[in-house]
Amino acid sequence: MEKFGYAQSQKFDTYASRLMPREEYFTSGHRSCQGCGEALAVRWVCKAIGKDAIIAHATGCMEIVSSGWPQTAWMHPWLHVAFENTSAVASGIESALKILERKGKLTGPKPKVVAMGGDGGTTDIGLQSLSGAMERGHNFTYVCWDNEAYMNTGIQRSSSTPYGAMTTTSPPGKMSIGQHTQKKNMVAIAVAHGIPYVATASPSYMFDLYFKVRKALETPGPAYIHVLSVCPTGWRSATELSVRLGRYAVETGVFPLFEVENGKYRMTVEPPKLRPVQDYLKPQGRFRHLRDKERAHIQKYTLAQYQLLLDKCGAAYPEFPVLTEETEEETE
Amino acid sequence: MAHRVGMEVSIAVSHAVQMSRAEAIAAYPITPQTHIVEHLSSMVANGELDAEFVNVESEHSAISTCIGMSATGARTYTATSSQGLALMNEILFIASALRLPIVMTVANRALSGPLSIWNDHGDIMAARDIGWIQIFVENGQESFDHSVMAFKIAENHKVLLPTIINLDGFILSHVVEAMEFPEQELVDKFLPPYHPRFSLDPKNPVTMGAFAMPEVYTEVKMGHQMALTGSYDHILSVWKEWGDLTGRHYKPVEKYKTDGAKILLLTMGCLSEVAEVAVDEMRDAGLEVGLLKLRMWRPFPFADLRKAVEGAELLIVCDRALSLGGAAPPVLAEVRSAFYEMPNRPRTASFVIGLGGRDIPPGVFKDIVAQAQAEAQTGPTEEYHIFGVRG
Repeated sequence: MEKFGYAQSQKFDTYASRLMPREEYFTSGHRSCQGCGEALAVRWVCKAIGKDAIIAHATGCMEIVSSGWPQTAWMHPWLHVAFENTSAVASGIESALKILERKGKLTGPKPKVVAMGGDGGTTDIGLQSLSGAMERGHNFTYVCWDNEAYMNTGIQRSSSTPYGAMTTTSPPGKMSIGQHTQKKNMVAIAVAHGIPYVATASPSYMFDLYFKVRKALETPGPAYIHVLSVCPTGWRSATELSVRLGRYAVETGVFPLFEVENGKYRMTVEPPKLRPVQDYLKPQGRFRHLRDKERAHIQKYTLAQYQLLLDKCGAAYPEFPVLTEETEEETE
Repeated sequence: MAHRVGMEVSIAVSHAVQMSRAEAIAAYPITPQTHIVEHLSSMVANGELDAEFVNVESEHSAISTCIGMSATGARTYTATSSQGLALMNEILFIASALRLPIVMTVANRALSGPLSIWNDHGDIMAARDIGWIQIFVENGQESFDHSVMAFKIAENHKVLLPTIINLDGFILSHVVEAMEFPEQELVDKFLPPYHPRFSLDPKNPVTMGAFAMPEVYTEVKMGHQMALTGSYDHILSVWKEWGDLTGRHYKPVEKYKTDGAKILLLTMGCLSEVAEVAVDEMRDAGLEVGLLKLRMWRPFPFADLRKAVEGAELLIVCDRALSLGGAAPPVLAEVRSAFYEMPNRPRTASFVIGLGGRDIPPGVFKDIVAQAQAEAQTGPTEEYHIFGVRG
């Protein structure tokens, strides 16, 4: 695998898909839903990881669809222990590799250590062990598959569920708009740990995802990658729209793609013009109940957050959608 | 040559772990386990033990980190107590189901609430069904010996089960005792480097921790059960090997002055030494009293126990934990189950003693025997007695 360089990341056009690794480490035959954005992301993240790695995985959708005994979709050495402790398990793997290397017990190259978990396993129940592992500075990469709710157990809300979304435990009703809190800013929490590399990524932007994973692996110390994983089952969206919805998330500014290297923010995908958030919300049944008022609120909140991020990156402002009465009416 | 040392038992345990050449340690501080991990971390800091010591942010992460360490192929150790063991609970079952030979010292301490840092066996009894090998020790020498032997037992490819050494918090962990330390060469000869049966290795990738559908879950649990009951023979052979090397032999159920005894006390842990003093005094007074010390708790030594009570009329089980609202305290419940189908089983009497650090001088055992003898005539007044409750 070539050493990743910043300059190369600017030239995605020089990377054609035929130049990407052909090896499959997350193989077919797993039981994910049709149109699963997460399975797509896992496949490409594993390609980027390459052969010499050990994966610790949290309980969740991806664990359940991929590891039903006696089958497995994982070509990596792979360990699932529980829901909330993946970062601690990865800490143990990384520490054991250190002592085994010191004692000359490793026969091959020292494997990379990767921990993976869903948004529940990362931002809710696994936050403590993740925080501990980042604070201790283990040399590992954590990848969060964020499908914005507990999809595996039947679409219950998590702290990563966005404002206004309908889930089975944040249902809209006479007294509720659905999820009434804003999505927890897990990326900012990771950045606050002062770790050397933090990034957002999306399987709808394959090369961006690929290079961020390479960069995370090659960064000594903890790295954190937050991957938005479109979930047709939980988002109530058409299965063929998963990749497009991932693009709309970026193009509306709902889920910007950026990285934070040693505290320095950089946008990695900069749409010249932002779409109205309605383009992203409308194809998703989980937002169907929202009134114009809430949609306008989401639009305003999204732009405000986006501007804060642009300022951190020192990036130029794109063309924003016009926030007028008409815009709000259009969202009928 | 082995040499005599005077040392706090916690420190002796840390030396046992050092001489066992543990490679990976993850721990979170909790009283009264702290001295063990403090000394291990200073050994690592001083280069006296070549190991990775990870200061995790909770006991839940301690045992989780140990799973990662052991699954990668390192000899792994941790220690905890009470609330820490309770916080680990979920993961303890997974560690044994993954068949990872982690060794853990539990400095036994009462469970909250109310908060108590003092000794009883409430912590481990709440975790008795975790599928680990569980051994109780009585004094400093046993603490050292069994800490070394635990690695050899756990890492046997026919066992591959995590192992807990229970030692009583404070009343054993914090006392200074005279012990005999073997030479490092002897330990090295006894305990060769750990070679995992399976490990996380890109050259031979395996999926660990797969989920099981109803078609296979029962079979996996049966395999686990067979491994744990089957570990009995291997435990005994490791104990014998150590005994042959050091002259210190151990049995699943230890006997003290049981010859001709009509009444037997049964204890676990370091209170057994106090009970011995009481038995001596009662024997001197002409009472036919003996003592059984239950060392092996998992796997439960049914045959040894049945044999040990042959000829006895009354077995007085001294529990150090409660099963609130249950049929019996934990040890009594198991002992009674072991006896139920025996044709000439002894009667049982039950006393719960020493909860939350309540002191147990030898006189307590004499009072218990007297009360049990009286009730043997009249029938017990309660299913079991929580002995010495005031007010």
